[in-house]
This record gives sequence, structure tokens and C-alpha cells, in this order.
Amino acid sequence: MNAVLDPIAALGRAVLGLVRQSGALAMFALEALSHLVRPPFYWRIFLSTLIETGFFSLPVVALTALFSGAVIALQSYVGFGQYHVQSAIAGIVVLAVTRELGPVLAGLMVAGRVGAAMSAQIGTMRVTDQIDALTTLSTNPMKYLVTPRLLAGTIALPCLVIVADVLGVLGGFTVSVAKLGFSPSTYITATLDSLKTIDVVVGLVKAAVFGFLIALLGCYHGYNSRGGAEGVGSATTAAVVGASILLLLFDYLLTDLFFSQ
Amino acid sequence: MSTPKIRIRGLSKAFGSKVVLDGIDLDVETGTSMVIIGGSGSGKSVLLRCILGLIQPDAGTIEIDGENILTASRSRQEAIRRQIGMLFQNAALFDSMSVADNIAFGLRAKHSDRDGPVPSRAKARELAGNILQQVGLDPSVGQLSPSELSGGMQKRVGLARAIAGQPNILFFDEPTTGLDPIMGAVIDGLIVDCVQKLGSTAIAITHDMASAQRIGNRAAMLYHGKLVWQGLAADLMNSGNAMVDQFTHGRREGPITMELRK
Repeated sequence: MNAVLDPIAALGRAVLGLVRQSGALAMFALEALSHLVRPPFYWRIFLSTLIETGFFSLPVVALTALFSGAVIALQSYVGFGQYHVQSAIAGIVVLAVTRELGPVLAGLMVAGRVGAAMSAQIGTMRVTDQIDALTTLSTNPMKYLVTPRLLAGTIALPCLVIVADVLGVLGGFTVSVAKLGFSPSTYITATLDSLKTIDVVVGLVKAAVFGFLIALLGCYHGYNSRGGAEGVGSATTAAVVGASILLLLFDYLLTDLFFSQ
Repeated sequence: MSTPKIRIRGLSKAFGSKVVLDGIDLDVETGTSMVIIGGSGSGKSVLLRCILGLIQPDAGTIEIDGENILTASRSRQEAIRRQIGMLFQNAALFDSMSVADNIAFGLRAKHSDRDGPVPSRAKARELAGNILQQVGLDPSVGQLSPSELSGGMQKRVGLARAIAGQPNILFFDEPTTGLDPIMGAVIDGLIVDCVQKLGSTAIAITHDMASAQRIGNRAAMLYHGKLVWQGLAADLMNSGNAMVDQFTHGRREGPITMELRK
């Protein structure tokens, strides 16, 4: 009997745990968002997070986008060669970069870089009583630590994705022209013909959602970390893994929402 | 008979099946420095955190100036707690800020409307230098980051941040832990000075009997979440209570048993 019931009980516990975590995360997000409309707003924290997320993530996002665009052009050339449709490369690159690779790769890079840093910073503040100290200094820690970071993440990632889109297309262009023998003017014309406003806009909407999720997971796991250095380490890992998984899940959901027709 | 500054009645708190506070009744009169002693896990820190609103108790009342802060509105709770300053065990300085900014933060955050407009950041940093001098530090220390300070200096800065808003209630969580005896005595002296200058009511929790007698004029002992003794701090070493005597003299034998986890 136990052999039958134990796995079901374990599955039930896992589902309940997931529901509990999701509920706690949603409540955390709602409380943080409620502080957006209740003064004061901590502009200095917001601006420093915006610079940290948007500006200092530029090199890694730029390199990732540049090489990804180049690789797509190269792979497409080899693959499309079998069907003699190499002329579609420019369209494929711009489509892949604006719709998917720009937001997803930028999101994953920022999750690894900024989400981890947010979780580690807030987690360290938690285990060293700095968050309690904020409360004793009549400062709401959610308002001070979480709300500005959520807003900064939501704004910074679309800005990064604009850069990623441009550099991704540039990577494809560079390989296509320098290595694959395409004419620059033909490639640019094909790129512009394939470039659609809706693709760019949806990519930016995705980026905003991803930026929000990365900051949310970083803050949530950091804020709830326990147990010293090990707890902060676990929180950081959970923040990056959780953000990456949620990012891919929401990528699918948003793609389905905007492009399933 | 005047209303105590802090009156606690029937305060209880459990974490799961572990009862940490079990019906605590405690009065702290205005201007008193109350020292709470007790072994690790006896509930001292939880008691302070309940008063500060960092932990929600399961039952009981906590009154400050006769007002139950547990049933007060959120804004009223914030207003009442604005008059409390806290020195944490590890000082809990914000490591993303300089020393001066830490103190300026305390000064601006604790500023109430009746004191006039909130001082600008520059003005608050300037005032931070004066507060650093009050705790025996040179104003130039304000430019350093907390990680550049020794443990004793961090405690002084923590004290400076706690008194920056001129609170009329001060809490000290094991203020001399981790310090050498001389630095411990220095910190105790600063605490006594600050409490006297501000005319504050204070609660300190400590394991350090020398510190307890230097800081406090009243004392109480917690054991297994219950208040087992209250009296004068001067009587701590000679209280006539078997538990207090065992604790203060550090005897292995006596009514206090050490629980070892299996």
C-alpha cells in the first residue's frame, strides 16, 4: 500500500510546495508594486540599479548578441544551402534576433549577472540584520530595497534588448558580407524588408517582463534567505535558476499570446 | 502611580512547537535602564524583536506610553517606533554606505515633522560628524566604509546611528559581544552617557555580567521563555535566586540545565 501511496504523497507535497511558493512570490510582487504609488520613492536606489543593470551589463549582452547573430547567419547558410534559399538569411537573422534571441539571451545574461547580485546583496543584508536595521530606522525594506529594483529591471532590459537587436543583426551582416559573399546593399535591403515593428515591439515587451521577473526572483530569494553564507549562496542559485526557468516559460507564453495567430 | 514607559503583559511567541516566550509580564519605568539576562535561546532577542515589530507575537500586549502597539494602526505603530533606537549585536551597518551616510540615514529616517524640515543629505552628513564625536570617534571616520572599521568602532558607529534621531527609547542587543574587556567597558560607558544625555529609557540584553551592572539599574532574567527574576542590577551577583546565581557565577551545577540536541 505504501509503495503505491508514497509517490502520490510526495507528488502532492511537491505540488503544494509549488503552489505555496507561487503564492508567496505573487504576494511579494504585489506588495512591492503597491509601494510604487505610495511615497516616498527611493530614486537613488532606482538610478544606481538602472545603471548597474542597464549600463554595466552592456558588454556581456553586446558580445552575446553579436556572436549569436553571426552564428545564425553561418548556420542558416549551411542549412539553407540544401534548399538553395540562402537569400532568406537576412530575414531569418532579423526575425530570430528581434523576436527571440535578443530578449531571451539578454535576459539570461542579466539573470546570471544582475539577478545573482541582487539576491546576494539583499541576502547578505538579511543575514547580517541590515534589513531589520532598516525597519528599526522607520524605513520599509520592501519600499527601499525591492520596489526600485523591480522598476529598474523592468526598464533596463528593454534598453539592453534594443542594443542586442542592433548588434545581433550587425553580427549576421558582418558574417554574411565578409565570409559568405553577400552584397552589403542586398543584405541591408533584405533585412529592412523583413524587419517588422510588431517583432521589435513584442521583443521589447518580452524584455520588460523578463527584466521584472529577474529582479523579482533576485529580490525574493535574497529577502527570504536564511542561515548565513550558505543560505545566501542557496538563495543566489535559486534566484538565477528560478529566473531562467520563469523567463523561458514566459517567453513561450508571450510568444503564444502574440504570434499564435 | 505613573504609567510605565514600556508595559508588557502575557507576551507569548512560539516557533512551531518550540515556545520561545511564555506569558512575559514586564514593566520598564521611564528613565530606567533595564538589563535582560539569560542563556542562549532563552528568548531575549525575540522579546526585543517583538517590541520592535520585527516579530509578531502570538499573544499578549506591548504598551508604550500606555498605547498598545500591537493593535494600533500601521501609521501609529510607525510613529511610536520612530522614537526607538536600536544597536544590533553586530552593529548591522549598511555596508553599501559610508560611515557618515549610515549615521545621516538614521538622522533623516528618524526625523519627525515636529522637528522641522528633514535635513538635506549634506546637512545630515555634517551633523553625522558631530554625532561621531559624541561616541568618541573623529569625524574623519565618516569617510570610511563599515568594512574598514574594527569591531569596537563598528559598535560605536552603530550607537551613533541609533542615537542620531534622539530616540527616547534605546535597545541594545548584546552590545559588548566580541569585544575585548577594555573596549567593552568603553562601549558600556558610551551607552550610559548617551542614555543619560537623551534621558532615554533603555533595554539591553547581554550575557556579560560586568556589562549588565555597568549599563543597568534594573535587571531581569529569562529562562525557557519565562521571566524568572526581576530586581536591581546591583543585586545581580547576589540575588538570592538560585537560577540567577548559577547564571551570573557561571556554575555548571544548579537548576539551569543545558539541553543538548540529539
